Amino acid sequence: MYFHPDSQIIKLQEHARDLRLDSLEMIHRRQAGHPGGSLSAADIVAALFFHKMRIDPQNPAWPERDRFILSKGHASALLYAALAQCGYFPHEDLRRWGELDCHLQGHPDRLKTPGVDMTAGLLGHGVAVGVGIALAARMDGLSFRTYVLMGDGECQGGIVWEGAMVAAKYRLANLTAIVDFNNVQLDGTVHDILPLEPLADKWRACNWAVIEINGHDMRQILQALDSADEIHDRPTVIIARTTKGKGVSFMENKSHWHGVAPNDAQLAQAMAEIKGAGYHG
Amino acid sequence: MAEISMREGYGKALAAYGAVNPNVIVLDVDTSASTLTHFFAKQYPQRFYNIGIAEPCMIDVAVGLALSGKIPFANGFSALLALRALEQIRTCVAYARTNVKIAASYAGVSDFKDGPTHHSIMDIAIMRAMPEMTVIVPADANEAGAWVPVIAEYDGPVYLRISRAATLPVHDSTVTVQIGKGITLRDGGDVTIIAAGSMVGRSLLAADQLAARGLDARVLEIHTIKPIDAPLILQAAAETGAIVTAEEHTILGGLGGAVAEVLSQHHPIPLEMVGVHDTFTRTAPTTEALMDAFCMGVEDICSAAERVIQRKR
Repeated sequence: MYFHPDSQIIKLQEHARDLRLDSLEMIHRRQAGHPGGSLSAADIVAALFFHKMRIDPQNPAWPERDRFILSKGHASALLYAALAQCGYFPHEDLRRWGELDCHLQGHPDRLKTPGVDMTAGLLGHGVAVGVGIALAARMDGLSFRTYVLMGDGECQGGIVWEGAMVAAKYRLANLTAIVDFNNVQLDGTVHDILPLEPLADKWRACNWAVIEINGHDMRQILQALDSADEIHDRPTVIIARTTKGKGVSFMENKSHWHGVAPNDAQLAQAMAEIKGAGYHG
Repeated sequence: MAEISMREGYGKALAAYGAVNPNVIVLDVDTSASTLTHFFAKQYPQRFYNIGIAEPCMIDVAVGLALSGKIPFANGFSALLALRALEQIRTCVAYARTNVKIAASYAGVSDFKDGPTHHSIMDIAIMRAMPEMTVIVPADANEAGAWVPVIAEYDGPVYLRISRAATLPVHDSTVTVQIGKGITLRDGGDVTIIAAGSMVGRSLLAADQLAARGLDARVLEIHTIKPIDAPLILQAAAETGAIVTAEEHTILGGLGGAVAEVLSQHHPIPLEMVGVHDTFTRTAPTTEALMDAFCMGVEDICSAAERVIQRKR
């Protein structure tokens, strides 16, 4: 576990803010995308891409890079914003997201966009694909880590638990899953649509190590990611309690904003709120 | 009958190739004693993963291995791979173009004793519809073994269809195969029988019987359903003027469908399709009995040939 000075926390919070701003602008410009789940995962993605992961945007295929799978592929705006801000491709590409000749697809495509480690879109694949990557790392004696960012609603699908059991069988300590548990999905709240609780117990029952955090507290995020490095006999899941639509008052906790784009006025208000937000180190 | 089943030919070849190519990783879903990947598992336990009864998960794990440069062979029963794991295959193998080899065993009606739940008679149609997928149907045990190094060394998704049964032997152990290149097994001028899988041996028997009836049948083996060898098919169409397709599969969308697409667009001539006629099958005491009962007998091929020859005159 490393010490994280306030200056670092504040810098990552600023990255998270910029990811939120880019994501909303992208979704607004295209009038398509998923704002709620992009805003809820922004702090986690900022921590990974601007601090935790060993990556080289100049060399996206570096064999020893940490891997990132956006299993909740509908948060593609957030991932694209992170990749652009890291320098995988020009930031202006974000303005062309979804155009016919743009490499940025509706959902992440590993063959088209530099820095996308795995194609995603239909939910549920991340953990099991991550198992394969983690097994290969072990076979090759490489020390990189595979991170899988999932949605909570995604955990309603059985394939997640198939992958979880296999990861536990092979004691894949080099695999870290993060559940963006914002408790809201397309049709309503998770506890109304199909309850997941006790979610931590489900992962523990699959023989995973479980860390529960506030997914908007940057220090908790960093500490959880560090803690996963210290667990050597099993995979780790970080259950990050988050707020869907985090940072935009009228989007927070509203299933309506799962997959609806803001209009001009809504965007202006959202941007103002995010820019005006204070930081809490 | 061949000395060994197609699955044994495949399983032994996979184990042998394991020595040649250390990047080959084998996965199974609690069926290694059936698919016969246990030969590989015994020799290379560190490169064998038994995922449990979870075909979709196995495909995704194989995808992850492929992303890291491994050459995973994902093994299981054809009905489960082509149906239950289909979305994984579509999204993570074909669309993401990962280098996964799907070895689909117990294909067609070769799992005669377990009945229609276990029979796989629509897998070719499903896999053939998928961009980026190569679909290969070997005719016998020797050919199944010959495909192992070929598909391992091809960079891209492959669906290899393996029969549980000992099909009629067609090839000796020196057979060489090439993706997308059909094989002319018998020349003839009156009609061409285009066959795949277990129906290749039966088509050769049919050609013998047709010869006794004074009809000269050409026999082509189209092992690669996709990409299909259109030039060879069109040459046969031009030279014989009538075609019969024969497959251990529904006549909807499989080899017959693929050949019909080629002919109708480039050289329309009479075509008859031998295969399962849009119905579910039944449990039977042998694969052979099942094939005979569901319109895949040698006589079915002969009568289709006679019909199609009538149509061209």
